Amino acid sequence: MTGLAATGSLASATVGTPALNFIIFAFFVVVTLVIAVSAAGKNRSATDYYAGGRDFTGWQNGIAIGGDYLSAASFLGIAGIIALSGYDGFLYSIGFLVGWLLVLLLVSEPLRNTGRFTMADVVDLRLRAVPVRAAAAVSTLTVSLFYLLAQMAGAGALVSLLLGVSSSAGQDVVVAVVGLLMIFYVMVGGMKGTTWVQIVKATILAAGAAVTTIWVLSRAGFSLPSLLHHAAASSPAHNAVLGPGLEYGVNITTKFDFISLAIALVLGTAGLPHVLMRLYTVPNAREARRSVVWTIWLVGLFYLCTLVLGFGAMWLVGGTQIKAAPGGGDSAVPLLAYQLGGTLLLGIVAAVAFATILAVVAGLTITASACFAHDVYAGVLRRGEADPDEEVRVARITAVVIGIVAVIGGIYAKGIDVAFLVGLAFAVAASANLPSILYSLFWPRFTARGALWSIYGGLISSVGLIIFSPVVSGQKTAVGSVGTSLITNPHIDFAFFPLNNPGIVSIPLAFFLGWLGTVTDPRPADPVRFARMQVRALTGVGAERGGRS
Amino acid sequence: MVLFQPSRGSATGTVQSQPGGSRSSGYEAVRASRDFWTIRRRFGSFILPVCGLFLFWYFLFVIIAVFAPGFMRISVFGDVNVGLCFGALQFVSTFAISLSYRRWAQRRLDPLSDRLRHRLEGGRY
Repeated sequence: MTGLAATGSLASATVGTPALNFIIFAFFVVVTLVIAVSAAGKNRSATDYYAGGRDFTGWQNGIAIGGDYLSAASFLGIAGIIALSGYDGFLYSIGFLVGWLLVLLLVSEPLRNTGRFTMADVVDLRLRAVPVRAAAAVSTLTVSLFYLLAQMAGAGALVSLLLGVSSSAGQDVVVAVVGLLMIFYVMVGGMKGTTWVQIVKATILAAGAAVTTIWVLSRAGFSLPSLLHHAAASSPAHNAVLGPGLEYGVNITTKFDFISLAIALVLGTAGLPHVLMRLYTVPNAREARRSVVWTIWLVGLFYLCTLVLGFGAMWLVGGTQIKAAPGGGDSAVPLLAYQLGGTLLLGIVAAVAFATILAVVAGLTITASACFAHDVYAGVLRRGEADPDEEVRVARITAVVIGIVAVIGGIYAKGIDVAFLVGLAFAVAASANLPSILYSLFWPRFTARGALWSIYGGLISSVGLIIFSPVVSGQKTAVGSVGTSLITNPHIDFAFFPLNNPGIVSIPLAFFLGWLGTVTDPRPADPVRFARMQVRALTGVGAERGGRS
Repeated sequence: MVLFQPSRGSATGTVQSQPGGSRSSGYEAVRASRDFWTIRRRFGSFILPVCGLFLFWYFLFVIIAVFAPGFMRISVFGDVNVGLCFGALQFVSTFAISLSYRRWAQRRLDPLSDRLRHRLEGGRY
């Protein structure tokens, strides 16, 4: 843990904490494993495996959705951006919250009413075309894997920070352990086990954030203005940290980059496959609505805490020390915890962060495995004729494969900025998934060709623009020797798209292509199917209900 | 995007039940019924304007933050500036919309959708 030791004041932490952190990690792992195993006994049917028997109540599922959504990027990443750049991190968190209104108002209830397990179910009910289900599955898998990679990339950096594992091989081992645990949760626990892991994780995450927030506020005399004053005073940028612009206001490119990110965040939430799939774990659309209201409150209060934590870290830890620590901004909250409560609080925060990665990774894995088994295997390869038991078996095997892919990806992607990768996953979700969901639910004329154009157009344009953006190549550091892109050789530069986030182009393009494909389709939409879709979406007729209703 | 255009003849009242009719014609009968027309009208008169409003409000915030950072730095009291208040209001509006939508949907949508669902499931369409 050379980075931390070099900062001096934390040298003692590198000696005492790893063992304590490890004990707290191990405790969380054991508790959640017990939960996964005890939930496993009830995993019989496909509905049990994919949707937890549709037996969760609105508030349980709302907390679990929060658990799925509040990734390490939210907890460590956003607080870190606030600690280093102030207000711009706050801007970021608001995008993550406001996007939920779209889920609540337009997506959650119709989706619950018209699908069984996946987003592709909804599009398929409307259009009844195997290629469309295949397209929806491809985009779901792409977004899930993107998001998964973001989480696994963060896991390596986090472990180096919190467990004192500094060697590259050691970090790889821990990433592999994360992967194995997650495969176990998903294979054994199914959706029921995964949901309980999410609930436990969201609860300790919220509790950890709340305790640390109150602790920070107590140092500032429970006065937010006083906290802001201290934070600004201790930053080299002084009062500039209290207003926008430090991170995104550098030049016109960064400004448009932020607008692009804002569009992706607010529209992307409603297209995230692991969030959408959770809506099927409740008995009916009404509980789905209640879930999302719970999620909005949990997520909102959590981001208010990250505001305090970020400015608290700016004040009590200081930007210089945060930047010097391994993981940079991501280390702000752990360092703050150490500053406030010593090794014990650092251990708890570390365990919370570890639990967060583990749970989000499990949620993504079950989503991707369900999508592959239900959409690709049963829907496309078997044309809907698959035996349900066989389908669940395929889902379990897929979970293992995805786990292995995630581990390998996590090892290769170590050290990439987590929050930022998540922003890209949101852009892909908003481009590839959202247009066809909204068109399927609300546009009478929407056709299969429109869906194909919109899904593939959104997917190819968003991923393609990322490949040709400074994210992948050509971004140079101030020094100019090593690049900050994925390809660190500054001489390889094939970036022609100036923005890091593609949303501002790819999202409108995907909506446009959905419209264009539809109006140029020689086969018009079937009005009977739209009538069925609309009646089912708004009344819940024919929706699979859970045990309680 | 044409959203929830009231279909022709939708205001002619509840359509006669069609015993023995196919499932899809049942859906079309429901879709033409007065209750369903009311649901769509309410959906269109509450949910769509609220969506437009919160998106406008959010992007207004983002555009001002990006292109008029000086405005966001104006002090309201002490170190608390316009930007922080504006940001806090985004939280307040999100919370308020979530609660008011839940309340509105329980009162204005759920009874109608229940009635239609029971009728359709009871084979009365």
